[in-house]
Amino acid sequence: MAAIADTLVVAPIRASRGYWASVVARLTRDPIAMLALAIILAIVLAAIFAPLIAPAEPFKGSMIRRLKPIGFPGYPLGSDELGRDMLTRLIYGGRLSLFMGVTPVFFAFVIGSSIGIFAGYLGGRINTLLMRVIDVFFAFPSVLLAIALSGALGAGIFNSIVSLTIVFVPQIARVAEAVTTQIRSRDYVEAARVSGAGPLTIVRVHVLGNVLGPIFVYATSLISVSMILASGLSFLGLGVKPPDPEWGLMLNTLRTAIYTQPMVAALPGVMIFLTSISFNLFSDGLRSAMEVKQ
Amino acid sequence: MLLYILRRIVYVMPVAIGVSIICFLLVHLAPGDPLTAVMPIDATAEQQAEMRQAYGFDKPLPIQYGIWLWKVVQGDLGHSIATGRPVLSEVGRAVGNSLILASVATLIGFTFGTLFGFVAGYFRDSPLDKGASALSVLGVSVPHYWLGIVLVIIFSAQLGWLPPTGAGPDGSGNWRPDLEHLRYIILPAVTMSVIPMGIIARTVRALVADILSQEFVQALRAKGLGEWGVFKHVVTNAAPTALAVMGLQLGYLLGGSILIETVFAWPGTGFLLNAAIFQRDLPLLQGTILVLAMFFVTLNLIVDVLQTALDPRIQRS
Amino acid sequence: MSMDVVAALSADPRDRGGPATPLLSVRGLVKHFGRKGGLLSKGSAIVRAVDGVDFEVAKGETLGIVGESGCGKSTTARLIMQIIKPDVGEILFDGEEVGSSELDLTDFRRQVQMVFQDSYASLNPRLTVEDTIAFGPRVHGLPRRAAIARAHDLLRRVGLEPARFAGRYPHEISGGQRQRVNIARGLALEPRLLILDEAVSALDKSIEAQVLNLLLDLKDEFGLTFIFISHDLNVVRFMSDRVMVMYLGKVAEIGPAEAIFGRPRHPYTEALLASMPSMDPDNRTQEAPISGDPPNPINPPSGCRFHTRCKFATALCSRAEPPPYDVGGGHLAACHLANPESGHPRLAA
Repeated sequence: MAAIADTLVVAPIRASRGYWASVVARLTRDPIAMLALAIILAIVLAAIFAPLIAPAEPFKGSMIRRLKPIGFPGYPLGSDELGRDMLTRLIYGGRLSLFMGVTPVFFAFVIGSSIGIFAGYLGGRINTLLMRVIDVFFAFPSVLLAIALSGALGAGIFNSIVSLTIVFVPQIARVAEAVTTQIRSRDYVEAARVSGAGPLTIVRVHVLGNVLGPIFVYATSLISVSMILASGLSFLGLGVKPPDPEWGLMLNTLRTAIYTQPMVAALPGVMIFLTSISFNLFSDGLRSAMEVKQ
Repeated sequence: MLLYILRRIVYVMPVAIGVSIICFLLVHLAPGDPLTAVMPIDATAEQQAEMRQAYGFDKPLPIQYGIWLWKVVQGDLGHSIATGRPVLSEVGRAVGNSLILASVATLIGFTFGTLFGFVAGYFRDSPLDKGASALSVLGVSVPHYWLGIVLVIIFSAQLGWLPPTGAGPDGSGNWRPDLEHLRYIILPAVTMSVIPMGIIARTVRALVADILSQEFVQALRAKGLGEWGVFKHVVTNAAPTALAVMGLQLGYLLGGSILIETVFAWPGTGFLLNAAIFQRDLPLLQGTILVLAMFFVTLNLIVDVLQTALDPRIQRS
Repeated sequence: MSMDVVAALSADPRDRGGPATPLLSVRGLVKHFGRKGGLLSKGSAIVRAVDGVDFEVAKGETLGIVGESGCGKSTTARLIMQIIKPDVGEILFDGEEVGSSELDLTDFRRQVQMVFQDSYASLNPRLTVEDTIAFGPRVHGLPRRAAIARAHDLLRRVGLEPARFAGRYPHEISGGQRQRVNIARGLALEPRLLILDEAVSALDKSIEAQVLNLLLDLKDEFGLTFIFISHDLNVVRFMSDRVMVMYLGKVAEIGPAEAIFGRPRHPYTEALLASMPSMDPDNRTQEAPISGDPPNPINPPSGCRFHTRCKFATALCSRAEPPPYDVGGGHLAACHLANPESGHPRLAA
């Protein structure tokens, strides 16, 4: 009798995991995503603590020490066309490159999500109107639009961030609208309307939590594109201005060195590539972790 | 079908107009008096007054837009500040070169992209798949202008096999499809093909894997259809979307060619844009962007119509 | 329905109209969905989802609504709930017009609620069970503590122990349990009328029986009135006092359950009943009772909408639409055969 009673005891209540907790759990078990995240963190930390880590001054050059190869005493990664230490410039370059990559995406996320969720939830004519306006921006290839806007506004960090934000807002808005429209027709949203809740409450409680996730994942996949575009703008002379260290700009100024010091000339691109691929891999991992059907 | 085409054209009209508005506003975005943006610095007061009249800078914005649009429709895109030549002729010359480069790059990208994507999708989750997928992630993450520089370093500077810049032996002249010019197109085209390759590979992989996993394929196999038959089936189902993506990539390459063309000094529209930016030659900038954007819109339209023609599911009566 | 129960229902402080007033009265309900033709396409294609529907639901009863897919039953439910706006039609709740000064929408919402079909999308995957149930009351002003307490209470009543279930997420409970949560959510605002739209259709048979019995218990306990929508005739027969049969946006037949199931007067109802597969080996179904596919609600047939599939159809049927005819005992059938004066050739025997 006692044995049977034991088996009837209800198991202790396991604390049920929230959705995000389970996403994090799945993510941490993905080796590639974790590796990518580690690289990203390393680059970010290096950029933040640049003054502490960098061996030399980013702006101090030396005309006799120009274009030294990798491994030259005193210049672990060589020196650039004005004699500045490459390692230092690369570390400091991370600051601007990351900043120009992440900031436009951040602003575009905020603005684009608002527009997309607004259009998606309201539906009907307002949706059509807003989406058609967005379509106009989609009629430009991103690179072209970024260059057009930057070309018109002029060079500089602020202008570049503005043009890149404008380039990304339509893309995020479109994704936001699509996801919101999908969620809006779900039964639980109808049930919420049946309970008499107003649109703002419904969006806050039922829509946002289900919609921001996919939009966020899409936004992270845009960071690598943003970095490449931003450094591309600097490469063309439209973004960061010399002597500020930025990877794209460094690629440009080092072009003449490809015959004398090819390895050094290629270094800034390696950094862009490394950062970009890490963001892409992490974003892919994040998407997989969020996609698992429950 | 004809009705569908007409409907799509009508649908695209507002977008085209929107595009033209943005191009128009570019000049006004620039800081300073729009007049100085379209005139050489050393223009006389008379010339300035004439310009002001012709463009109507003293009139309200919508009317200016109207004047500008009317001119555009007639083919007058203004005159380049730097060279003084009509923008349209400059752009016309450059577009040909860009199209050639973009087309070759798209072909290379499409061929290899489909190959990788197919293999990856067919042998899903195998090492082949992982390898091909890794390659396509690489393709999408690499800054293509940097890749161009690296290729120049390897094949030009170090090995000396291929020329580093230019479209032909005469530097920035136009490219012609003959043996001499062939060497010049290889590096830029290969560089440009990498991103579309990555994107097409990803798309095709997803398509193939999806089609193969659908139940009707299993039904076909159960009926005894051999692998070759299944293969043909997958191809016909995947083709419309794959072709559509290819078409779109062509458009992106055309519009986004500026970076590669700058690296390789290829005399196309991108190179022209670069010059325009450097020299603050806004009429040239505006005109080139307008032409490129319109190209893109038209290309999208063609791809859309073709896709509908090929895929019976999309067709609506 | 015994007089005691009815009397008890009228003792509900929210009751306005008294025992004789139907809780819900629907007249002339119409909803068309326009598929407007754009530029250069063929003319508009209008889906006549609900095309003139009248019925009443008495206090304390269960009205079952049956019909094939596309007949308009779900649209009718949504029109009653005011999730979609009717084009034409009058909806009276306890004698008062919905949306008028006597009965505004918020008030109406507190008294009429809906239980959805169990699907993965019926519950917000990001909210715990208790938060889902507590949402409605909180919207109407109940403080969080009290709303959660009510949620726990309801969970207990639907047979889910709060200690085990309140903090769970939808993906952590089974289909039957999810449906109980759906029901609890429907009851959270203490409604008087509950619309159940295919509420048990997605459940396994054994679970379905449990849930149906639960619904009946709750109905008695809370003094509820039900509208029960389903395509499963057996379930409707089990649950309903009266049944309404819909076809292509119109009412084919309506009446007490025994009458509809025992002595159907509309050929469509007969066909539906005949199409329930028989378990009796001596009584096998020989031929398909209905021919053809259900026509499109975009271009319904002329005259009587069922005439294209009806074995008794004649020229009269394609010409004139039969109005609902009272065959006695609150039983109405929209068929020329039910009306001795219609002039249908078969009646002249």
